[in-house]
Amino acid sequence: MHQSSNTKEVIRKMPSAMYSWLGDRIFSTVAAILGLTIIAVTLGLAWVLFDEASLSLREFGFIGFLTGSTWDPSVQLQFGAWPFLLGTIVTSFSALLIAFFPAVAVAIFAAEYAPRWLSHIIENLVNLIAAIPSVVIGIWGIFVLAPWLRDSVYMPVYEWAEVNQVWLLPILGNPIGYGIATATIVLALMIVPYTTSLAKDAIKSVPKEQREASRALGATRWEVIRMAVLPYARGGILAGAILSLGRAIGETMAVAMLIGNKNTLPFSIFGSAATMPSVIINEFREAVENIHLSSLMAIGFTLFLISLIVNLAAAWLSRKYSITGGRAV
Amino acid sequence: MSYNLKRRQIRDRIIEVLLVLSTVIVLLPLLIIIFHVVINGFSALSWEFFTEELGSPSRAIQGRPTGLVHTIIGTLVVDGLAVVLAVPIGIGAGIMLSEYPDHRLNPLLRVMNDTLNGIPAVLKGLFAFVLIVKPMGTFSGIAGGVALAFVMLPIIARTTESALMSIPWSIREAGLAIGLPRWRVVLSTVMPAARVALVTGTLIAFARAAGEAAPLLFTSFGNNYLPIEWTGMIFGPVDTLPQRLYSLAISPYSEWHSMGWAAAIILLGFVILTFIIARVATRDKFQN
Repeated sequence: MHQSSNTKEVIRKMPSAMYSWLGDRIFSTVAAILGLTIIAVTLGLAWVLFDEASLSLREFGFIGFLTGSTWDPSVQLQFGAWPFLLGTIVTSFSALLIAFFPAVAVAIFAAEYAPRWLSHIIENLVNLIAAIPSVVIGIWGIFVLAPWLRDSVYMPVYEWAEVNQVWLLPILGNPIGYGIATATIVLALMIVPYTTSLAKDAIKSVPKEQREASRALGATRWEVIRMAVLPYARGGILAGAILSLGRAIGETMAVAMLIGNKNTLPFSIFGSAATMPSVIINEFREAVENIHLSSLMAIGFTLFLISLIVNLAAAWLSRKYSITGGRAV
Repeated sequence: MSYNLKRRQIRDRIIEVLLVLSTVIVLLPLLIIIFHVVINGFSALSWEFFTEELGSPSRAIQGRPTGLVHTIIGTLVVDGLAVVLAVPIGIGAGIMLSEYPDHRLNPLLRVMNDTLNGIPAVLKGLFAFVLIVKPMGTFSGIAGGVALAFVMLPIIARTTESALMSIPWSIREAGLAIGLPRWRVVLSTVMPAARVALVTGTLIAFARAAGEAAPLLFTSFGNNYLPIEWTGMIFGPVDTLPQRLYSLAISPYSEWHSMGWAAAIILLGFVILTFIIARVATRDKFQN
């Protein structure tokens, strides 16, 4: 098309005031409604979980429900979430403990040591870990990792304890392969990408001058990182760790497939247990009694509250320590 | 003094070795997982896998042909429904956040969106169960689609916001200067300019949701057969890959276990492919 005819076209088609005023009103209203939909979904989710849980929470009381350690859906119809709360706390904190230092090490290596091409490869591979569906990790855990851990780690340790340190046996628990230890190891693997990528972002945001200044004072490479980079990036690293904890708390399928699903205390290191998401997965489809369904919803509501707190804490931390005022992570 | 320097340099080397070692330790399981999925998955794949229904366990035990054709179709239907539901809402909310930055709604919207993103997917499944399954009285593909849409929504909103924000304001000003109303500026200049990033964001959301099994277990539920009518895909219980993979893996039949591996390689391939497409698309954008 010729330029002139295009220009004429545009001028001839100049929008009327009605077209732009009404169009803008409609457009912004639609955008606002779509935005409101997300707000409604979030609030609705919280409300629905609370509403469905109310039967159980009225029966046992919120505190009583959280601290009750009997979960019996068949005979007494007594429901307390303490075993699952404990299972979730133990597995997710241990997973963070295992994953934190290696994950930060990967971030330091990728950001400070590796050449550009290698850093790219590491970043993509770490993101790939996050991309693997949790059921795929679950099936690998069931048929490869758990049997291997049982035969080459748990059994030898257990047999050693049987001979030398008998008092350890109840703490170690039954080494069947499906239990807290296996679930924790898999969880640790699954949260590494979140810790790593946030730590890497935090390290990259440290100004160059910071590094150059300590270099000029004669610091070695590691001393630069330890004394100039890490203190500066600690807020972001910490926020990433807390966000990873949130991921571990909410992780469902891989844990449900590997933790062995035992609803009663006491727990042991190798022995089976359950977490809040895993008990929902295992029992919701088969629950018949209203109070049982409602108790599972109450566990869901508790899980919602916990993940809300964890996420808000991470957001608050990254805003508090961020130079940009928390606009972008 | 030089002794001290020597010690510091040695420590520097040790740390470097430890960092490399950590990186290898972290990345090794990834390679091991992919290796096992590929080895076990490929040997379990067959032509029947893509053409037959699963049927009852006895079918697999007696060696009759079984497969997951109903699962693959079901996954496409449920994921498709989720995309159709989530994309308009997510992109609309993203437009809201980036194009009307001073709107009163936005601080609340941002908090709620991040909250929704942080909520475990299993709870989104419970929500969809109460919202759709309970009133309908039956598990259904549409309930699964809604649950997955809840997973995609916050990711799409977030990526849309940052995609649109990356377009310089001068482009908007140019549009406004030639007399275009604001909505035309957004639809005809800003969104086309950001289209690669928009598609990438949707793909990432899609890949995340496609691997989720937890929300589907009590929404689309699962089904060993193809529905008789095609509407059964939407209004009746439907099989999906992640949920079927879970059921196969925890079943007591070894024939089903190897089918689980086959499902795993399909699912993993599907998700990784989506991620690679998203990555390649963004790389092209930066080069041009």
